[in-house]
Amino acid sequence: MAYLEFDHVSFVDGPIKVLHDISLTIDKGEFISIVGPSGSGKSTFLKLCSDLISHTEGTIMFDGKKIEDYEPCEYRGRVGYCFQEAYLFGETVEDNIKFPYIIKNKDIDMERVTKLFDLFHMSLEYLHKKNTALSGGEKQRICLIRSLLFEPEVLLVDEVTSALDQENTLLVESVLEHLHKQHGMTILMVTHNEEQSRRHVNRRITIESGHVAKWEEF
Amino acid sequence: MENFHAISFENLLLASSLVLITLLFSYRQHLHLEKDIIISALRATVQLVIMGYILNYLFSFKHPLFTLGVLLVMMGNASYNAAKRGRGIKNVQAISFVAIAVGATITLSILVLSGILQFNAYQMIPVGGMVISGGMIAIGLCYRQMLNSFQSRHQEVEIKLALGATVKEASMDILRDAIKTGIQPTIDSAKTLGIVSLPGMMTGLILAGLPPVEAIKYQIMVTFMSLATTSMASFIACYLAYKGFFNERQQLEK
Repeated sequence: MAYLEFDHVSFVDGPIKVLHDISLTIDKGEFISIVGPSGSGKSTFLKLCSDLISHTEGTIMFDGKKIEDYEPCEYRGRVGYCFQEAYLFGETVEDNIKFPYIIKNKDIDMERVTKLFDLFHMSLEYLHKKNTALSGGEKQRICLIRSLLFEPEVLLVDEVTSALDQENTLLVESVLEHLHKQHGMTILMVTHNEEQSRRHVNRRITIESGHVAKWEEF
Repeated sequence: MENFHAISFENLLLASSLVLITLLFSYRQHLHLEKDIIISALRATVQLVIMGYILNYLFSFKHPLFTLGVLLVMMGNASYNAAKRGRGIKNVQAISFVAIAVGATITLSILVLSGILQFNAYQMIPVGGMVISGGMIAIGLCYRQMLNSFQSRHQEVEIKLALGATVKEASMDILRDAIKTGIQPTIDSAKTLGIVSLPGMMTGLILAGLPPVEAIKYQIMVTFMSLATTSMASFIACYLAYKGFFNERQQLEK
């Protein structure tokens, strides 16, 4: 059964039609990469999936219900989104890790936090570090941890490795593969990297000029 | 006021020599400000003379409804001016009016109920003017800060929304910064009262013959009412305005 389904979806931003008539289905537990030239609409596609923007035509269904029938906070709790730019808010790493717990009125689950820090090869000492003291790779790993604290059912990742060195890129890829294989997480990953777009994934979507130009299965 | 010291027309004319000094300075230094100096001095004189006569006329009306009407007009005008600073914020005119009206009404009511002021035109119009203009300046600062922050920190807000935060949770840091920006100048000015500056109201009362220990009581009242009004108006304006940056789907609007 389709888990995330786009049915003739378009998105218009002012006078510009960014996405045209997108129809596709994504099953639960799939790992899909999304490629395409800059400005083709890949990030817009992810933002539509995350409900940070709304489609202007068509229907998006998630887990059998129209996206607009979900309460936004509930939906975004189930569909995590990690942005291209590794942006940390507040002063310290701890501010970023605590925030998802604060908004859910829950105490921080140190067991879960430790598990995720281990997964990303980071020690808990990072919690007390200032955001400004972190490298780009460290920031991006914290951003991913922040998105994963409540284990979303779907993880949307937007070129998260584009500014990382090879070591960090491989680490992030291995974590994504682990989440997909061990936890059955559905992952949609936008990337510019041709090799990366083939590694670990089941399918690859190519978006060109706002259209789905190609579907490939691996 | 038994020691009331009136300024005569001749005294004022002599004092206008101060403007001549400014003119001379501008002329000798080739600042080319002579025209502006003359216009500003004339405008200030004419505007204040007119205001003096208007206030004299207004104070002759004793009916409380008249006083209330004047205060409402002042609030309307202040909210119109504050709203100009918040262009781009939804319903900014109505928000400004509510913030200023609630802040000023609570402050003035406490001053009246505590027996410091009487509800008559003679006291309510000048003090109301100070309170209302304080609220207007504060919320204008809040709006500018909010507009800047929602633009420069849009990614932070979107990340928080993507983590499942409500619009209020996603905006809380921006809200706090905006409220602080509105109140901070009043707090800073209160801290330096009597050390860096003797405020205009207190100086005026002393010049008019009131003993300094009496004049400070009025200044303390003004300080308290400014703090109260700016904080209430800033708080109300920010809490009503932030929702306008989002649509009904809790998405950040461009």
